[in-house]
Amino acid sequence: MTLTKEKAEQYLLQMYQIRAFEEQAEKSYMAGKIHGTMHLSIGQEASAVGSISTLEPTDFIIGHHRGHGLCIAKGADLNLMMAEFYGKENGYCRGRGGSMHIADVDGGNLGANGVVGGGIPLAVGVGIGLKMQAENKVLLAFFGDGAASTGAFHESMILAVLYQVPVVFICENNQYAMSFSANDWTTSKKIAAHGEIYGMPGSTSTDGNDLLEVQKAVEAAVKRAREGGGPSLIVNDTYRWRGHSKSDRNRYRTKEEIEKWKKKDPILRFQKQCIGEKLLSEKEAEKIKDQGYADIESARLFAEASPEPDVAALEEGVYAP
Amino acid sequence: MREITYLEAVREAMTQEMERDSRVFLIGEDVGEYGGAFQVSYGMLEKFGPERILDTPITELGLTGAATGAALIGMRPIAEIMFMDFTTLASEQLVNQAAKLRFMFGGNATVPLVLRTPAGSGTGAAEHHSQSFENWFVHVPGLKVVMPTTPYDAKGLLIASIRDDNPVVFIEHKLLYKTKGDVPEELYEIPLGKADIKREGKDLTIIATSIMVQRSLQAAEELAKDGIDVEIVDPRTLRPLDTETIVNSVKKTGKVLIVHEAVKTGGFGGELAGVIAESEAFGYLDAPILRLAGREVPIPYNRNLELKAVPQVEDIIQKARELVNLRV
Repeated sequence: MTLTKEKAEQYLLQMYQIRAFEEQAEKSYMAGKIHGTMHLSIGQEASAVGSISTLEPTDFIIGHHRGHGLCIAKGADLNLMMAEFYGKENGYCRGRGGSMHIADVDGGNLGANGVVGGGIPLAVGVGIGLKMQAENKVLLAFFGDGAASTGAFHESMILAVLYQVPVVFICENNQYAMSFSANDWTTSKKIAAHGEIYGMPGSTSTDGNDLLEVQKAVEAAVKRAREGGGPSLIVNDTYRWRGHSKSDRNRYRTKEEIEKWKKKDPILRFQKQCIGEKLLSEKEAEKIKDQGYADIESARLFAEASPEPDVAALEEGVYAP
Repeated sequence: MREITYLEAVREAMTQEMERDSRVFLIGEDVGEYGGAFQVSYGMLEKFGPERILDTPITELGLTGAATGAALIGMRPIAEIMFMDFTTLASEQLVNQAAKLRFMFGGNATVPLVLRTPAGSGTGAAEHHSQSFENWFVHVPGLKVVMPTTPYDAKGLLIASIRDDNPVVFIEHKLLYKTKGDVPEELYEIPLGKADIKREGKDLTIIATSIMVQRSLQAAEELAKDGIDVEIVDPRTLRPLDTETIVNSVKKTGKVLIVHEAVKTGGFGGELAGVIAESEAFGYLDAPILRLAGREVPIPYNRNLELKAVPQVEDIIQKARELVNLRV
């Protein structure tokens, strides 16, 4: 995929929207406007945008609990996303799902997931269905390093290879499962090696903070999946700047470590690349950043003005008619 | 009408639905060449090929999730879990995912999944191949739970389950697989949530599920010799429950005995008793609501111990006699 000016603008805007969404989420929470918890993906923007930029609009993604960025990269309506985060009736899930369950089935977003590893078996089934429906669509299935130790992951790898599903499994290795360091039991390379072991050629790990490197790896895997070559496993090595959730006291890592990763900011890195290659000027990049933050500000206003769900409708939507 | 077995009725429902609807497929352990542990899907691989009869390695969690994911994008999978005991391994995907996807996506998802599994003791298969967990799944909003008793019900309820747009846990009973009954050759649906009165009577109501319906029918024949006229209600679907039929029967007889194989504590009988106690039938009760259910033990291996662990015909006769003589 050659990087055009138009694409550069799009990716940078999406990454700034993600950053701004997460910062706004945190602010709204601190202001006492949010009832639940949240898992922020600040620092992981290139993994989301780089991966999902390889898809056609009719393709699918399935996400994980730290999934705001994935939704935005898949083209979610920011107003409906923010309204869902606020638990409002006109949010994507009518306020029933919240941060951990934002989904847009018609838009190809099959949902974030509150169970670590919970989306991986679903991904295999989506792949089986896509293969049967024979419409040449593919699925990107996202999960974290924490999920790579679950039985769900390993069972799913086996089934995915057995049925040669058109799925690219993407592990966003942000280094910690809550407090448990991935380095204590594995590395990005080793997680990717599971792909090879289970029979997914071309499984690899990337510098997940380098949008173009992520994109290149995922693009090849998507192409193979679409051509009937079966699944792949790609591990994007990245870092979450914020804690696991709001309960995190950061006892398991040092400030130095966090600062070290902040220097590898995936957004600034891509922005510099674009400016270096004369695709964007400093001024244009600034404008895109402002646009991203403005989009989120208007989403916030939309969400705050949105109606609460009607409590009389509590039991709606449990069963299909 | 033609007579076939319960097992053949299940196979026929799957086969005819797969012929009718290309979105329907079967996924499970050894469901292909082997025909499933109980031969329920025997011959289906030959008929439909490996693209629609998906044999899996031992992956209860994975295959249940796979069926759920396929359902989420418009397929209509039937997943077979070889023994109900193994639904413990599948339940993350069934309970957290399949049951909740629709609701947590604001009503914007549909999960037309059937999870078939054989439950029950009586085969000497001991603690890990004999359990009845229906009430665990009854407890989960978003799931439907079906327990057919006869070949006729098995076919009609399975067809309705496959056509239903919700995840359905379809619980077969191993000891019923070889029982025979009249079954139409054509496709027909028995609506989910509709109980069936398996025997009409006036002296007491027995509400029984699965194989306990058959045992209650045998017990009723014995009791009839003593002039005790038993009505037997088979809910067939545990969730949603046909409370109307149950309440009307209890109002008619004034006495109710609940019989199921699953362990009594926390079993479906408690739910039934609650439903009756909360209903207008309460005022018609002439005696306490009685429950006869599985004993408070895992299912043991030894034949005599195994028989004692769950209600048998003579236990039902005895309990019914006790109830006839009870007054509030």
